[in-house]
Amino acid sequence: MEVKTIRDLAQLQTDIGLKFVAGHRMCAGCGISSILRTVLSASKKPVVVVNATGCLEVVSTIYPFTAWNTPWLHVTFVNAASSASGVETAYRALKKKGIVKEDVNIVAFGGDGGTYDIGIQALSGALEREHNFLYVCYDNEGYMNTGHQRSGATPFGASSTTQPAGKISIGKKEWRKDLVKIVAGHNIPYVAQANVYNIMDLFKKAQKAFDTEGPKFLNVLMPCTTNWGFPENLTMKISRLATETNFWPLFEIEKGVLTVNVKPKDRKPIEEFLKLQSRFKHLFKEENKHFIEVMQKKVDEDFENLLKLEKVTHEEGVRI
Amino acid sequence: MNKVNKVKPGATWKELPIGGTLPAASALDYKTGAWRSFVPKFDPNQCTHCMICVHYCPVMAIPTEINENGVKGWKDKIYKGVVRLETNLDYCTGCGVCAEECPTEAIKMERETWEVK
Amino acid sequence: MSKVSIKSKRVPLTGAEAVAEAMRQIRPDVVAAYPITPQTPIVEIFSKFAADGLVDTEVVTPESEHSAISIVTAASAAGARAMSASASQGLALMVEVLPATSGLRLPVVMAIANRALSAPINIHCDHSDMMAVRDLGWIEIFSENAQEAYENMFLAVRLSEHPDVLLPSMVGLDGFIISHGVEVVEIYDDEVMYNFVGSRKPQLSLFDFENPITIGPLQLTDYYFETKRQEQEAMKNALKIYLEVGKELSKITGKDYPYFEKYYLDDAEAVVVVMSSTAGTAKDAVDELRKEGKKVGLLKPKLFRPFPYDEIKEALKNCKAIGVLDRAYSFGASAPLYTDIKNSLYDLSQRIPIQSYVFGLGGRDIFKHQIKDVFWELLSGKISKEEKCIGLRE
Repeated sequence: MEVKTIRDLAQLQTDIGLKFVAGHRMCAGCGISSILRTVLSASKKPVVVVNATGCLEVVSTIYPFTAWNTPWLHVTFVNAASSASGVETAYRALKKKGIVKEDVNIVAFGGDGGTYDIGIQALSGALEREHNFLYVCYDNEGYMNTGHQRSGATPFGASSTTQPAGKISIGKKEWRKDLVKIVAGHNIPYVAQANVYNIMDLFKKAQKAFDTEGPKFLNVLMPCTTNWGFPENLTMKISRLATETNFWPLFEIEKGVLTVNVKPKDRKPIEEFLKLQSRFKHLFKEENKHFIEVMQKKVDEDFENLLKLEKVTHEEGVRI
Repeated sequence: MNKVNKVKPGATWKELPIGGTLPAASALDYKTGAWRSFVPKFDPNQCTHCMICVHYCPVMAIPTEINENGVKGWKDKIYKGVVRLETNLDYCTGCGVCAEECPTEAIKMERETWEVK
Repeated sequence: MSKVSIKSKRVPLTGAEAVAEAMRQIRPDVVAAYPITPQTPIVEIFSKFAADGLVDTEVVTPESEHSAISIVTAASAAGARAMSASASQGLALMVEVLPATSGLRLPVVMAIANRALSAPINIHCDHSDMMAVRDLGWIEIFSENAQEAYENMFLAVRLSEHPDVLLPSMVGLDGFIISHGVEVVEIYDDEVMYNFVGSRKPQLSLFDFENPITIGPLQLTDYYFETKRQEQEAMKNALKIYLEVGKELSKITGKDYPYFEKYYLDDAEAVVVVMSSTAGTAKDAVDELRKEGKKVGLLKPKLFRPFPYDEIKEALKNCKAIGVLDRAYSFGASAPLYTDIKNSLYDLSQRIPIQSYVFGLGGRDIFKHQIKDVFWELLSGKISKEEKCIGLRE
C-alpha cells in the first residue's frame, strides 16, 4: 500500500507489527521510539539492526529484557559502522553460499557520540567501502546516556557537564560539526537530515534510503528531555521549533543534488527554541545575550547557504 | 533455527544461555507503567484518529486496530480503517506528549494517585 | 588412515605464506585484516588468492585494526566463519573489541606475527603483543616454525568452533623470524584439510527472522558474573578439547599435538622452557650438550591460554633446575611464562630452583652459545630470584 499520511503509516504498522516493543527503559518523553518505528517500518525486507553503545543500546537491552523484535547486534561504542560492515559482508558471503535465503536490510543506529566523535573513523571507512547498509544517527547533541557530556554535535552556547557554563564560560564555544557534509563528501548515493517530529518526512527519507543501493545516512534530531532540560511532554514541540527556527533544517542530498524539504515562511527567532531548554538558560543573562545574536546570525547564514546549494545543485549542475 | 530460552530469574551460570544472548521482545515483561505519576485520560468522543499520539508515544502504549465498521469520534463522525484504542497502562509512563500534541485535546493528563495499603 | 595415503607436497614457504595457505584451505567466509609489519604478507597473499578466485571469501579492507576486529566479530555473530591477522600495535588497537569477541563467544581465528609493542617503535619479534592480551579470553597458541604455524591454524579453527568452547583464538608466529623466513613446509591436500575443519555450524544466526535474537545486551551487576564464569568454563573445556582435536589432526599429518613439546625431558636435570622459534635454537644447544654427556632438556609450550598447569607440573617434577626464557617483560612483576611455569610447580613437595630470563626484546637475536650458557648456569646451580637478561649490553 502507498503510504501518504501518518494514518496510512499507522495502518501499515498495525498490519506488519512493530520491530521495537514497549518495556524499554527510555526516559519518559524520549523520541527514540518514534524514530525507530518510523524508520524500521519503511523497510519492505526483514531488518537486522546493529547498535553502538549509547542511550538506545543501553536502555533497550538491559538483561534479561530486550525491546527488540528483530535480530540485533551490539559490539562496542566505536563500531556501529564497522560491525554493520561485518554483518553486511557475512550476509553477502552466506547468501552466495545459499545459507541465507532472504533479502535483508541492514541498519546501524548510533548516537551522536558514536557517530560524530568516537565512531567517525569506522563510519568513514564503512562509507568508503560502499557497504550496502543504512546508518541512522539519532542526534541528541551530547553524550546523554552518561549524563550530558559534550560531543562534537553539541551546539554553540550549550552547557554540558564537561564544558559547563560558569562565571567565565558560556559552555561550548565551538560550533558543532557538520556531519552531513562530511558524509556527503564520501560520495554516497543518499544522505538526509530529518527530525523526529516530522514523521512523514522521516518515513519518506527512510523509504528512499532503503530503495537505494549502497551506503545511506540519516541524521535525525532527537531532543533529550532529561539533559536539554525541558518538561517531558514538550519533546515534539522542541523538535518542531528546531526546524521552524532553521536551527535544524530538513534536507536531503541525492547523488550530490541537495533539496531543502521544509522552508519555513517566517522563520521563528532562535530564542523561542533556546528559552525552553535549561542548557541554554545562562545565555539569557544580560552579559551573554549577544551570543544569542551570534547564534541567530549563524543559523540564518547556514540556511541561506543551504538554499544557495539547493539552487546550484538543481540548476547549475554543481554536485556536493 | 535459533533456540534461546527466556531467562529465569535467579538462574545460575550453568542455566543461562551463553554469551548473554536473549530471545526477542522479552522487555514486554517489564511494565514501565509503574513509573508514572500522571495518567492520560482519553475521550474517544473527541478523537479524530489522526494517529499523531500513536506515532509520538515513546513507549508505543497506544495500540491500534483496523476497524472496517468504524468508531464514533469527534463531532459524532464515524472513523473507519485504522483507529486508536485505550492507552495500554501497563507501559504508559505518563510523559504527556500525547496530551500536548493532540490537535483536538482528546487527551488530558491527570495526577495519578496510588493507594498504599 | 595412515599418513602415507594423504596427498601432501613439500614447498618452500615463508611463515606468512604458510598461514595464508592455511587460511585458503580453511575457506573463511569473511576476512578483514589491516596491514601491519610483519603480518602484511599474510593479508597480501590471501587477498591475491581471493582476487584469483582460489578461495571464495569476502575480503574486506578495513581502515584500522579496530574496524578489522569489529568486522570479523560482527560477521562471526552473523554466522559466518571470520578470520583476521595482526601484530603488535594492531593487536593493541584491537584490544577494545577483543574481550567483546570472547564475551560474545564468537569463534574468530587470528594469526599474530609477534612483534614488539611501541614505544619505542620497533618492528621486530618479541612476544609482548600476545602477552599483553593474555587475560582477555582468547585461546593463544605459539608456533615454533612455519609448519607449526600452518597446522596450528587448523587446530585453532576446530577448537574455537567446538560447541563446548566457542572462544576466539590467536595463533602466534615470530615476526620476521618465522613470518618472513623460508622453510620447507609440508602442505596437505585441500579437500582433506577443509574436511578436517568442515563448514562452520553456528549455534545462532542473526538472519533467523522467525526467532530473532538480541546479541550483546547490557548485563548489570546481577548477571555479568555468571556470563564470565561461563567463559572460564569454556577455557577449561578448551584445555580438554585441544588434545581431542589434535588427535584427529594426527591422523592426517602423523604428528602429535600435545600441550607442549618435550625434548630430551624425561631424564633431564637442567631444563630450559621457551616458546616459539627460539625453541629451535635451544634444541640445537640441547643436542650439543647431550653429546658431552650433560643431562639437559627442553620444554616448549605451544598452548599458552588455557595454560596446562597440571601437565606442566608432571613433566617438570623430576628435574633439578629450570630456566624459563621469556620474550616479553611483565613490567613490575615476574615475566609471563615464568609466572605460569612457577605457578604450575607450587604443589610439588620439593621446590625446584627456577630462574627467570628475559631475552630477544625488539628482535634482539639469541644464539645457541647463549642458551648453552643458560644450561651451564642451571647445571652449576647459579639460580637466583633476580630476573636475568640474555643478550643485553650491561
